[in-house]
Amino acid sequence: MPPLPDEARDEIRRLPDHYEQRRSALLPALFVAQREIGWLPPEALQEVADLLDLPLSDVTAVASFYRFFFLEPPGRHLILLCTNLACLLNGAEGLRRHLEERLGIRPGQTTPDGAFTFRESECLAACHLAPMLMVDRERFGPLTPRAVDELLERYRAR
Amino acid sequence: MPAESVLLRFMEGEGTADLDAYLRAGGYAAARHALTALTPEGVIDIVDQSGLRGKGGAGFPTARKWKFIPRGAPLKYVVVNGDEAEPCTFKDHMLLERAPHLLVEGIIIAAYAVGARKAYVYVRREGYLARERLRQAVAAAHARGFLGRKIFGTEMDLDVVVHSGAGAYIAGEETALLESLEGRRAMPRQRPPFPAVFGLYGRPTVVNNVETLSHLPAVIRLGAEAYRALGPPALFSVSGHVRTPGVYELPLGTPMRQVIAAAGGLRAGRRFKAAFPGGSSSAILTAEHLDVPMDYEPLRAAGSMLGSASLIVMDDTTCIVRVVARAVAFYKEESCGKCTPCREGTYWLSQIFDRILTGRGRAEDLELLAHISRGMSNGACFCLLGESVPPSLEASLRHFRHEYEYHIRTGRCDVEEALAAAVVPGA
Repeated sequence: MPPLPDEARDEIRRLPDHYEQRRSALLPALFVAQREIGWLPPEALQEVADLLDLPLSDVTAVASFYRFFFLEPPGRHLILLCTNLACLLNGAEGLRRHLEERLGIRPGQTTPDGAFTFRESECLAACHLAPMLMVDRERFGPLTPRAVDELLERYRAR
Repeated sequence: MPAESVLLRFMEGEGTADLDAYLRAGGYAAARHALTALTPEGVIDIVDQSGLRGKGGAGFPTARKWKFIPRGAPLKYVVVNGDEAEPCTFKDHMLLERAPHLLVEGIIIAAYAVGARKAYVYVRREGYLARERLRQAVAAAHARGFLGRKIFGTEMDLDVVVHSGAGAYIAGEETALLESLEGRRAMPRQRPPFPAVFGLYGRPTVVNNVETLSHLPAVIRLGAEAYRALGPPALFSVSGHVRTPGVYELPLGTPMRQVIAAAGGLRAGRRFKAAFPGGSSSAILTAEHLDVPMDYEPLRAAGSMLGSASLIVMDDTTCIVRVVARAVAFYKEESCGKCTPCREGTYWLSQIFDRILTGRGRAEDLELLAHISRGMSNGACFCLLGESVPPSLEASLRHFRHEYEYHIRTGRCDVEEALAAAVVPGA
């Protein structure tokens, strides 16, 4: 595993400037490391711990608590299908079955070709789009199975 | 939309994320007025008289929260709660995406009132566009001298830092948010001491919701009386079985029926069945409550609460058992695990719902649900997350007990069967 590039290390070293206590830079620093590597292997956690002068156990405890830190390599794209109330009331369960069938995986898994990690999500604060999902940073909705197919096709190529 | 809308007019059309657009709409005049013509105590008085209450769910009077901040403390913080993860609440994201300068201006006014020189805005991870627009707004305001050193030519300095969450609903609880901002697991702290006394890094800290602070420019611009005369105004997130789900600005106290009408009403041929008036933490209401004014006291009197003013509408195609099961699953997923009634209670409830919905329900399950629910009530849980489960669960057992009983007795859903029977073949 290559260490973080120098620019990323410098970026992490500068993060504590925004806060009264260095430790506040931990979440932002983990996101910098994850941006560089794609996930957070043990070496990355150790490097963040060293750069911020925090115990590795603290870094690991935090990284394992929040759902957007990846402790295993995810697919190239992250699909978050909202199945909370507004989306449930508007057909999210059908979309979940459709996605499971199209991707051939269950929520929480990654497709064998590494294109998609698929997660069921809690409310994504975009209920005017219900039923909706996010791919990476983009929101899509209201969705139909056909619209989902088009999205998969578009993102699979990227 | 009423002509006097105080927030929505900044959000409509192209919105006012662009600083010049915001200035053309009168932006930053209120903050300038507050800093150059009012004392901090004067600002607090106006906010006090305006009736502004926290829009995140708890509804605590904003000025009273500010008054707890010790005057003489050398270092104080304003922390903005933009975690917005209460199911079916989406007003804060819309504000941040379409009118982020309302928040920036509100932060300036709040920081002036309490004497803070630094503010943090905590935005949940999934709010990528909200965070990007807010960062741009902060940078633009900084470039014009509305943030930074000696803002508006006064002695006041203020910096705003935008901070990303990492995926945890519990981070919306204000003390858990502070833990997260300090680089720890988002788990709630024992209160007291309250954040106003011992907050971020142990300093006096005001924690306010995005919408709450976004109201401040209007409060200062209009004055307490004129602002109050507008309801006071509030953003309602309306979702579920309505024709045009969205965020609507209406006076507090608007009857539920009219809030639903504002969102286009129900779909053709459907009847109203039930609604959560204030997100999934609020007790489900039924058709007999359609004329209840959506305001703090009337909803409490009706056995529910205004919460984050997130109205989730359910028509007659809805299986209430499935809806409550999904709400319980949410709290199970998001329980931080710190206290037993929440961690175990949500887990046990989910197991029971699973068997009821898969045709393995038992006659004694309804009493068991009620029993576990009681064990999570009245302060049994460490914070409000666990305590958010019993209201809608108990309301559903009261109003829709027959649906539970049908599932348990037959292993099937009476709502689905009625819908299937109503479908005319070939129609």
